[in-house]
Formats: sequence, C-alpha cells, structure tokens
Amino acid sequence: MTVLETQGFKLDNSGKRVVVDPVCRIEGHLRVEVNIDEHNVIRNAVSTGTMWRGLEVILKGRDPRDAWAFTERICGVCTGTHALTSVRAVEDALNIKIPENANIIRNLMQLALQIHDHLVHFYHLHALDWVDVVSALKADPKKTSELAQSISSWPLSSPGYFRDVQNRLKKFVESGQLGPFMNGYWGNPAYRLPPEANLMAVTHYLEALDFQKEIVKIHTIFGGKNPHPNWLVGGVPCAINMEGAGAVGAINMERLNLISSIIDRCIEFIDMVYVPDLVAIASFYKDWTYGGGLSSQCVLSYGDIPDVANDYSAKNLLLPRGAIINGDLTKVHEVDLRDPEQVQEHVAHSWYKYADETKGLHPWDGVTEPNFELGKATKGTKTKIENLDEAGKYSWIKAPRWRGHAMEVGPLSRYVIGYAQNNPEFKEPVDKLLKDLGLPLKAIFSTLGRTAARGLEASWAAHKSRYFFDKLMANLKAGDLSTANIEKWDPSTWPKDAKGVGFTEAPRGALGHWIRIKDTRIDNYQAVVPTTWNGGPRDAKGQIGAFEASLMDTPVAKADEPLEILRTLHSFDPCMACSTHVLSPDGQEMASIKVR
Amino acid sequence: MTETFYEVLRRQGITRRSFMKFCSLTATSLGLGSAFVPKIAHALETKPRTPVIWLHGLECTCCSESFIRSAHPLTKDVVLSMLSLDYDDTLMAAAGHQAEAIIEEVKKKYKGNYIVAVEGNPPLNEDGMFCIHGGRPFVEVLKETCADAKAIISWGACASYGCVQAAKPNPTRATPVHQVITNKPIVRVPGCPPIAEVMTGVVTYMLTFDRIPELDRQGRPKMFYGQRIHDKCYRRPHFDAGQFVENWDDEAARKGYCLYKMGCKGPTTYNACSSMRWNGGVSWPVQSGHGCIGCSEDGFWDKGSFYDRVTDIHQFGVEANADKIGATAAGAVGAAVAAHAAVTALARARSQHDDKNSGDK
Repeated sequence: MTVLETQGFKLDNSGKRVVVDPVCRIEGHLRVEVNIDEHNVIRNAVSTGTMWRGLEVILKGRDPRDAWAFTERICGVCTGTHALTSVRAVEDALNIKIPENANIIRNLMQLALQIHDHLVHFYHLHALDWVDVVSALKADPKKTSELAQSISSWPLSSPGYFRDVQNRLKKFVESGQLGPFMNGYWGNPAYRLPPEANLMAVTHYLEALDFQKEIVKIHTIFGGKNPHPNWLVGGVPCAINMEGAGAVGAINMERLNLISSIIDRCIEFIDMVYVPDLVAIASFYKDWTYGGGLSSQCVLSYGDIPDVANDYSAKNLLLPRGAIINGDLTKVHEVDLRDPEQVQEHVAHSWYKYADETKGLHPWDGVTEPNFELGKATKGTKTKIENLDEAGKYSWIKAPRWRGHAMEVGPLSRYVIGYAQNNPEFKEPVDKLLKDLGLPLKAIFSTLGRTAARGLEASWAAHKSRYFFDKLMANLKAGDLSTANIEKWDPSTWPKDAKGVGFTEAPRGALGHWIRIKDTRIDNYQAVVPTTWNGGPRDAKGQIGAFEASLMDTPVAKADEPLEILRTLHSFDPCMACSTHVLSPDGQEMASIKVR
Repeated sequence: MTETFYEVLRRQGITRRSFMKFCSLTATSLGLGSAFVPKIAHALETKPRTPVIWLHGLECTCCSESFIRSAHPLTKDVVLSMLSLDYDDTLMAAAGHQAEAIIEEVKKKYKGNYIVAVEGNPPLNEDGMFCIHGGRPFVEVLKETCADAKAIISWGACASYGCVQAAKPNPTRATPVHQVITNKPIVRVPGCPPIAEVMTGVVTYMLTFDRIPELDRQGRPKMFYGQRIHDKCYRRPHFDAGQFVENWDDEAARKGYCLYKMGCKGPTTYNACSSMRWNGGVSWPVQSGHGCIGCSEDGFWDKGSFYDRVTDIHQFGVEANADKIGATAAGAVGAAVAAHAAVTALARARSQHDDKNSGDK
C-alpha cells in the first residue's frame, strides 16, 4: 500500500481495486482502475488510454496541404475540428491570410460542431448516467406532460405523445431484447429522477437522435459531407455565386436559406429542449457535488472563434483564452503556444521513451518513441492485464502540462475563464443557472458543473451562429464573394523551412497542432488534444491529470456497478482516438514489452 | 417473451397481406416455389430481431457518427425495431464487466445467428497491444466474437482496407478485418465514413432478405459500389466539354465546373456519393467545391496528394488528354473514354496488387 499526496488529493491504493474496461459511451478506448475504501469511497484513480494509432508518424514527409484530411481522421466525433486546427497551423507557418468569408464559414462549421457534439453527448453518451430508462415505464404520461409543459413551451408535450413513446419503449423492453440498454445499471440507488422525468428524458433522447442529423447539414453544405467535411489551406473549398450562371453549383441563396433555417431550428431545440432538460435533471442531483477534480484549481483554454479573419489574439477570440492556476480566479494568465516553457508533454508514466523523462518537451521539439513497458506490480501478463501498476508506465496518452501544472480543459474551463474575465456572455448564463437552482458559485466545480457548462455553451454556439450568418450576409451584400486565397497555394512559393501552430477550442477543450515544414514537406507534426490534457496519466512529479482527480473521494452506491465513475468520466466527454497519437521525428521504433 | 420479425413489421403498420406478399417475393427471389411461402412466413413470424455486436478497433468513430445520421430508415427505428444492437461501446448503457458479459451471452444464445459489425481494425504489432480491450489485445476479442457469427460487416475504410492508421509506414501494423477473420462471409462497406443510408441500406438488406448482398471482387455490395463517382457526377458535362476549375475560387469554381484538375479522384473512386449524396441528399464533396479524395478506395492515403491530378500517374499519359479535351468537343469524348478505360484498368490492377500484398503492410 502507498499513500501519496498531490494537488490537495491523498492517493491511497490500499482498498479494493475496481477495473472498468472498456469504458463505454465514449469515443475510443479507455480503461479506468480505482481503489475503493471500506466505505465505498474512491481513494485512488488510474486512467489509461488503451489505443495508439501513430498518425503523426504517418504524416511525416507528406504535403502540408493534405494534413487536414489525415488529422481530421484523428476523430470522427469532433469531426472537422482537427482539420480546422491543421489548416490554421499550415497557414501560420506559411503566413497565409484567409478571406473574411472563409473565416465566417469556418466559424459556422466549428459552431455547428459544438452544437452537435454537445447535444449528442448530453443525450446519447451521458444521459444514461442520470436517467433510468426502465423507470420511465412506470411514469404517468399525463404527469410527464405537465412536467414538460412546466419547464418549456416545446410543442411535443401532450400526454398522448408521451404515452406513445412509453408504449414503444414498453414493447421494446417486453421483447426481451434490450439492445443497447442491456445490462445497464437500472434501479441503482444513484439514479434519482422520478419516473416522469425519466420518461421525458428518454423521449428527448429519441427526439435528439432524430434532430442531430439536421445540425450537421451545415457541414454538408459548406464541406460536402459529414462526418469528415472537406477543408482547404487558404480558405474554404466552397465558392459563392449569388447571381450568375452556374450559381446552382455554388453557395447560393437557396443554400444560405437552408443554413439559416438550420440555425433557427438549433436555437429552438437547444433552448426549448436541451437546456430545460439539463436544468430539470440538475435540480434532482443538486447535492451530488462530486467530480470537481482540477476544475477549481487549474483550467486552460486557448480560445477560438475569431471575430474577424486572421487575428488570433485573445481580444479577437469570442471563446475565452487564458489559464487559471492554483484556484486564483482573480488572475487569468496569458497563454502563448510558441513559448517553449508553457505547453510541454511528459512521458514518465506513458508508454513512450524520452532521453530524460524527468522533463517535458514542447510540441515543436516533441519526441515519440513507443515503449510498452508495464510496472513491476502489474497483475496479469502483457496481453492479459488484470491490474495496472501506476507506479510504472500505464497509458498510451502523454501527460501535458502548462508551466508544469496539470490542467483541465473543456466547456467548464472555458466558462470558468470567461467568468473570471467578467465576460458577460459567459458570466450571466452561469449566474442565472446557479440562481435558478439555488446554488453557490462553487457548485460549478463538479461533474454537474461540467455537464451544465456544455449545455450553456451549446446555446451560446447556436446564437453565435446566427451572428456569423448575419455577418456573412452583410459581406455578400457588400459584394465580397471571396472564399480562398491562392497566393501561396503553389509550394514553390514557400520558404525552405517554416514552423507554425494552429489552435481551436474543440468541443472537449483546447486543441493545438504544431507543424514544421521542410522543403515543402511535413518534417514534424504534433497534436496536443483535449483528452490528452484531461485523460493523461501522472507526470514525473506524481501530479495526477483531470480524469484521475475528478474521481477522487467520490462515494459509489454499489462497488460492482460503476455508475458514478461513468457519470464523472462522461462529463468530460472523453475522446480517446484524439488523445493517443504522437510523432516521432525519427520514424517509428517499436519497443518490446518488459515486465520489470 | 421475444418479439419476432413479424411482430415488429406489424407494429410498423405493415399488414398481414403485405407481409405474405413479402414472403412470396422472397421465395421467388430465392428461386423457391410457392410451397415455400408458408415456411418463410413461419420462419419470419417466429424469428427474433437479429442481434448485432458492434466492435471498435483502431478508428475514429466516424462510422458510428455516420450511421446515426441515417434519414431513412431513422436510426431509432433501426435500433428499436429492426435489429438488436446488443453490444456497441459507443452507445451502450453498460461498461466494463457488464458490457463484456453481453458478448458471451449473445455468442451462446444466438450461436451462428448474430452479425458482427466491425468499425476500425486490429493492430498486430506489439502483440496487438496498440489497441487494448478489457486488458487484452483487440485482435483476440475480435476473433473470439466472430467465431460464432453468421456474417461480418466491415464498416468503413478502417475495417475494409486499414485506412489512415495503415497509411505508410503503418506503425502499428493496422490490418483489415478480412485478413484476420478468414472463415466467415464479410461484407465490406468502405468510405471514410460510408454514407449513412448506405450503412443502413446494407444492414436492412441483410435483415430483410436474410442473405448478404451481391458483392464485387473486393467484397463491396455492388448496389452501392458498382459505379464510379465520375460516372454519375452532375459536373460530368463540364468534364466532357473541357470546362475545368483551374484555381480555388476562380470563375470556373463559382460556375461549378469540373474539379478534375484540382485533384478530384472521382474518376477512380467507386462509391454512391454522386447519386445518393450525403446527409439526406443535401450535398456531396464535389457539389460543395472540393474534389473527391477517394476515401472508399483501398490505400487512398498513399496515392499522392489529394490535389494531384489522377492523371499524374504518368505511364498512362492521361493528363495530356485531359488538357486537349478543351480543344474540341468531339475529341473530348474520345479522350474521356480513353481516360476512363485507362484509369479503370489501373484501378483494377492496383486493387489486385494490393490484395495480394496488403498482408505485408
């Protein structure tokens, strides 16, 4: 048994070890091990990324103009955000300025992603941590209707409507084939909603499943498809033609009308269904205050959604940029992604090898040499792991640090930073939500706070889409149709050596791509992604990451049913395919297993 | 009580009469006499929804995301009424042991009668531990799960061909499913991702007709992958007329001319994008101004830049032809036909070559 103290947490691995692998309802592959004490409280948490694809190894030597397509395939859930980050990195390296319209269209696509991703996360990946599907069968449809109408004027709310859904659900359950609801934790005492709220939430689970496919049509119009729309270094690939012959082959009035109507429907659905559901569910879990982890200490956001094109400074970014450390909300630190002392990645507990593993490396100088090596206290074998040893290496994710601090990223971090900056677009909705629920500010530093920030942000993104759509129309009215700058499309115009950094705020948090270009080819490519920040393992100093911190000191109702663990992990919306890929400047070298 | 296929149909509002007609059509299409109609009807009336186990290897989950975009049928109807999605790490309520227990249960209860849908692929380097599932290599879980399956669906470019993680130098030795599972019928549904309605179309075909669709030599359903993007492209008349986009956002781009010179891989890509289009028919890559990147073709990551012309493959000299196309309309047709023939032959040659060698990737 060992007890370690770090960041105000006491890690004690003496209790019963519980393993959750796979963690489902996430993107990709994640394993979590926790130790539970005699009172069923989590006293130690170990988060392991269990996949590695080596994408940046693959990028070496390729055409930088193609990189967006490769990196877009890092993740199909937050589809497009890696591509946007990549074209920004290449444009930064080559000093390419994009037209205003291209910036607006990119923002509309990025905002559509935020709306879609948050909505699908809330209903399809996260809701079942709060909502008991089976309990919905016991609901009175009339009372469900009353509840729904008391919180929203959304028209689909009659008793008959809820009865139909309930009947369908009943048939489904009675069929004996429960499909994705099989072996769920139904009836677990950690579920607290009354049957009526459960039925309302399940109904909206199905409605949201129907609606989400409409949101992404914004990507389809500008990028040709979703998932994985097309992007372009220097602008966007879609041309605009408002008048002339061939307008039907371009962005024209009909296409713009479609965008506009989708934005309206998004605003409606988010504000009339998603946010009211969120508040209703939260009101039953108000005193479940666990899961805050690092959010009250260290949070980071790079910022995103440039108001005007080509200005990536904090004042031009509509999503806040900055870092808060040691819980001091009175000071928001400036973030510089080029500063070698700020963002660094560590591998002391990751399955990679550095010459000196006591130090981190800035992404422009990143090294990745896979080194799959298990700690000596590992239980099991190389290919049949029972328990990992967190004293050794234990994850395919690196451990990024900002000025040496483990940071949480994501919607909650953005809202905390916006709040600390007194930005009314972020502060006012938080204050209102807290007031409606009768909760103090510190309540947002929790699992529920993370989930709530995501909902508020979905609403922000939907309304901001309207702002950018209007801006696009104003530009078109003024006669500006330009969507691409081709001055530096031809690689012969590029310098021999160049390096750049691109960043976005992905739905899950701060995302950066660092690129080096040599003789028109990619020489080094490094992505540090949100789930690397949140899901990474310990560093050489033993500091834990956001996932691990968030699980600490949480009581579980039933040790053999990981409902609370899932609830808190899901509040981050983990994306494992994003988190586990790195570039080795020297190509790949596959080390073999050593159990020391 | 387990709901049968027939009951599901009835619940969807399908009449007994239509159901019998469906059975009779099924009998005919299988070459069976009318005596078999009641037998088929009986089978369907007593058959539970087919269980599907949806596994994830090295991938990005774009296939799952595409699947839930399906407009017809709606995903909720597929999941609630047509099949039984008993295991899917992306959507299922359970996790850890409770999730793993489902695979065992389905294998036992529905031996030989469940479908395994695979998204992503297994990496074989590092003893398979570049993708760990329940503490074990994903490839082991894949093999065990497929052992008692009726059929396998390889979703997307990852499962079908290897996709981005298998691009050179394929550091994890990511390997397509059919090279690991060799004793089961496998339907490959490539694309990065495949079109949503192609995915649900393939599944509903298999459930409705209880057989796998007709496949081409690469194991792709002919109904969706039988023609090239170029064959059905609405910009094709501009190709034939020699009207090309020469630069991003030039006048030709605004007029919707052919994107061939911007690197469009439509001439060598077999997929349904240009006819079915994407996301409920809203648009597709070429309509939105970017060339096809060929994402449903084997090894599309390693065929040069997405902006290189298909015809930069010099031994065929097609590039010269395409430039000449503009000269005369009459010449253009001939040149285009020649270009197509060459490109098709090339694609065939390449795919055969790759099939032979992909095991060494």
